[in-house]
Amino acid sequence: MLTIAWESFTPWSALFGGLVIGLAAALFILLNGRIAGISGILGGLLVPEKGHIAWRVAFLAGMILAPLGWMALTALPDIRVDAGYPVVILAGLLVGIGTSYGSGCTSGHGVCGLSRFSLRSVVATLSFMAAGFVTVYLVRHAFGI
Amino acid sequence: MKYTFSSFLAGLVFGLGLLLSGMANPEKVLGFLDLAGAWDPSLALVMAGAIIVGVIAFAIARQRHVSFLGFDMRLPSGDEISTRLVVGSVLFGLGWGLAGFCPGPGLVALGAGEPKAAVFVASMVAGMVVFQLIERRRQSA
Repeated sequence: MLTIAWESFTPWSALFGGLVIGLAAALFILLNGRIAGISGILGGLLVPEKGHIAWRVAFLAGMILAPLGWMALTALPDIRVDAGYPVVILAGLLVGIGTSYGSGCTSGHGVCGLSRFSLRSVVATLSFMAAGFVTVYLVRHAFGI
Repeated sequence: MKYTFSSFLAGLVFGLGLLLSGMANPEKVLGFLDLAGAWDPSLALVMAGAIIVGVIAFAIARQRHVSFLGFDMRLPSGDEISTRLVVGSVLFGLGWGLAGFCPGPGLVALGAGEPKAAVFVASMVAGMVVFQLIERRRQSA
């Protein structure tokens, strides 16, 4: 049955990190009046609209520079990617196409959509979570790659 | 200018939250998605923490026509459950499960200098371009 990996479970940093992510979404909706959906913010740059370029670039720059700000205080946490390059490329293509068709990802649908009680986002979140569970099951256990 | 700066701030705080939560690490995300292995429930607590704050923020946002900086409130209005929504989300979940990256953590790990994250982000942008090309073709057909 379900076995919990107690040695890797990090409840406090997960909860506090989640609160900080929620704070970012709160800042964005309350100051800018927008949904903090990362795939949408990035995808919007591909069909550039006048007046909607600077804020998108600024948001993404903030995310990319976050590790630099973090390093000013303490060492960066581990980032481990077990997948090889061909799988990473396939994963990126699927995430790019999927979030475009589905109009959102873990942030827009998962965090913001669920916080708004949006039925669309509940359906989207259940769909990508289920697909994620099945994919990891197939990769790790059925095919044992 | 104000708009751009607060946008930068939101992105920065978002990225710091992802680092603190451990979700910038694909191995940890896959630990959550691996129900049949040794399961790491951390991601569920990240979502819970984010949604606790989010529920309050969006409850305040719904009461307002303009943001606290005086900009239009752009809350999504659509409520259609379409095939596109479900198929797109399933494809996204498939990609998410393959490498453990979703868009936000991909960008943060890229900023941390992880080469695979750079390749992930480039491929994700390529996927978005493919979508744009397909859509443009559909519209002109």
